Amino acid sequence: MRNLKKWGPPFLLILPSLILIGVFVYGLIIVNFNTSLTDAHTAATSSGNAPTNYTGFSNYVELLSSDAFLFSLRNLLIFTLVFLCGTLLIGFVWAWLLDKPIKGEGIFRSIFLFPMAVSFVASGVVWKWLLSPIEGETATGLNRLFQMVGLDFLQNPWWSDVSVGIVAITIPAIWQLSGYIMALFLAGFRGIPDELREAARVDGASEWQLYKSIIFPQLSPVALSAIIIIGHMSLKSFDLIMSIANQSVYSTKVPAIDMYVFKTTYDYANSAAVGSILLVIVAVLVIPYLIHDTRQRRK
Amino acid sequence: MRRSAIIASAVALSLALVGCSSAGTSESKDAGKDVQVVSWWAQGSEKAGYEALQKIFKEKKKDFNFVDAAVAGGGGSQAKQKLQADLDAGNPPETFQAHAGAELTDYIKAGQIEDVSALYDKFKLREVFPQSLIERLTVDGKIYSIPSNIHRANVLWYNPEVLKSAGIDPKKVPATIDDWIADMEKVKAAGKVPLTLGMNWTQTQLLETILIADLGAEGYNGLWDGKTDWAGAEVTKALKHFQKIVELAQTDSSADWEPTLNFVMDGKAAYNVMGDWAIAAFTAAKKEMDKDWMWAPVPGTQDVFDFLADSFTLPKGAKNPEGAKAWLEVIGSADGQAQFNLIKGSIPARTDVDTTKFPEYQQKAMEDFKSKTVVSSLAHGAAAPLAVSSAINDAVVKFTQGQGKDVEGLQKDLVNATKSLKK
Repeated sequence: MRNLKKWGPPFLLILPSLILIGVFVYGLIIVNFNTSLTDAHTAATSSGNAPTNYTGFSNYVELLSSDAFLFSLRNLLIFTLVFLCGTLLIGFVWAWLLDKPIKGEGIFRSIFLFPMAVSFVASGVVWKWLLSPIEGETATGLNRLFQMVGLDFLQNPWWSDVSVGIVAITIPAIWQLSGYIMALFLAGFRGIPDELREAARVDGASEWQLYKSIIFPQLSPVALSAIIIIGHMSLKSFDLIMSIANQSVYSTKVPAIDMYVFKTTYDYANSAAVGSILLVIVAVLVIPYLIHDTRQRRK
Repeated sequence: MRRSAIIASAVALSLALVGCSSAGTSESKDAGKDVQVVSWWAQGSEKAGYEALQKIFKEKKKDFNFVDAAVAGGGGSQAKQKLQADLDAGNPPETFQAHAGAELTDYIKAGQIEDVSALYDKFKLREVFPQSLIERLTVDGKIYSIPSNIHRANVLWYNPEVLKSAGIDPKKVPATIDDWIADMEKVKAAGKVPLTLGMNWTQTQLLETILIADLGAEGYNGLWDGKTDWAGAEVTKALKHFQKIVELAQTDSSADWEPTLNFVMDGKAAYNVMGDWAIAAFTAAKKEMDKDWMWAPVPGTQDVFDFLADSFTLPKGAKNPEGAKAWLEVIGSADGQAQFNLIKGSIPARTDVDTTKFPEYQQKAMEDFKSKTVVSSLAHGAAAPLAVSSAINDAVVKFTQGQGKDVEGLQKDLVNATKSLKK
């Protein structure tokens, strides 16, 4: 009875969100997984006009053995790696530069952080023009700029190259999120008390030793959160690719685009299967972090 | 303690209620009279033509309220998304726009649209629509939509000035694909872009016209009923032609049809293959036929009319079927077809519309529709169901983005994409 009095009110307070999340997040994940195990590949099955049967994991087997889907996964891997390395590197360097006392730090901070205020779809419209794949006489965007300043050899097909086209999409992505990573790292730098640095200097540490042994280790939690944030964002990347290329472009296909295309052609089973695969990939990245985080807290 | 428990439960209850309350939106009094029409005619000449239809509907069918549910987006890609969700949720509009022909198969198999054959008899449409069109619309003896217009897809648009500058007589249209490629090579040598290509379906449309040219109308039709082998040598020959043209073309797979046509309009490129809605773009840019632009059937397809049509349906479970039928009557009426097509640049499906009011191109197109062999367009949903045409689109873009090196791979992908057509 006493326990009920203690736990009752707070539990009641969070109950609505528990129910809503239970139904609309976890419930729908289960429904999605269930759909991915069926043969609902046509409009007839989606409307209930034709029977839907369970086919086990055959959708997954077929997807993972199809060249097209493996190409999407390959693109996703390249995109994630380049996006991660790019934002971490640029964000860190900016934060490091701003960490030294300089004039007008606030202005630089705003400038670097500002692109994040723009949505991927809005910036995608501009980048679509900048990264126009047309070369030569009729070029527009960056290719035209290269042509005007006499750097013709720099003209390239950007995202429409099949082997490395996906890297072109990471340029706007890095542009947009480096500032955010900078803010994270800057907060990390500022979180290290000056006494620590002074103590190290008094002990005769060189500037490099100071960074290597004192500052970098303290920044590792920040770097880990940055990896998680950028990593899961890139795994879900959809809007930026849709607005620069579009769902019909082969060279920039990623699983999220595949999911949309399957859904558009009434292939709900394959669409759901791609969704589940994406969920598993994100989980592989996020769950170790959550475990690590809880352990740290317990300490 | 007790008080906090009461407050907490009150808060919990109200939060839960908030989650449900939005469902009960108020319905207007005349909801029974509303006719919700879903289309993708949201801009340019399409919108103007659509408004002409609405005007007729409002004048003739005063019992009903017209509700415009147009969704913008090239080729209906956005409108179809919204429609798919509404149909799956059992909340269909009174009527929706769909490409006539095989693209309707999905809706038919899903049991989402009604057989409207009875309306054809009621509105006496069988007498005024050409027999070949009726045949193309009939699925297992039933007709599921009423077409508002006819378009031709195998049209080659070109800039006479660009051809002249490359030493080609613009009045002498190449007779075969090989001649056409030779002309394009001349254009390239003169430093201009021979042909422009846009996003997936524009590339498929080019491929489809090449297939018609190389296989002939009969061979091309056979691709859709399993009589022509996709893996055969004739298809390989067409794909090799396609490969050469892709090499000569300037391709931007993210661009809609209009930006790519602009290169021809601005005198930077020679050719573009597009349906006859391109006329609206030329008209909007105040360009004159025969002076600024010229047209011809795609080389090798002179005797063929590659057809597609927009049409309207009667969804099952629509709240106001009488209103939907009233709209379909306007769509099929001589007045409706004349007004709409005059503005949209397409031609009426009815044969009894006065042709003299139409511009020169449309008159010629009407003549061709009567006299040439009519085949169904793949890129515009007339020839194959959505899943097939979408898989073909994917294969084609994969090919063009690989700089068109792998003809063998393309043919293999096409065979896979069309597997479901063989029964």
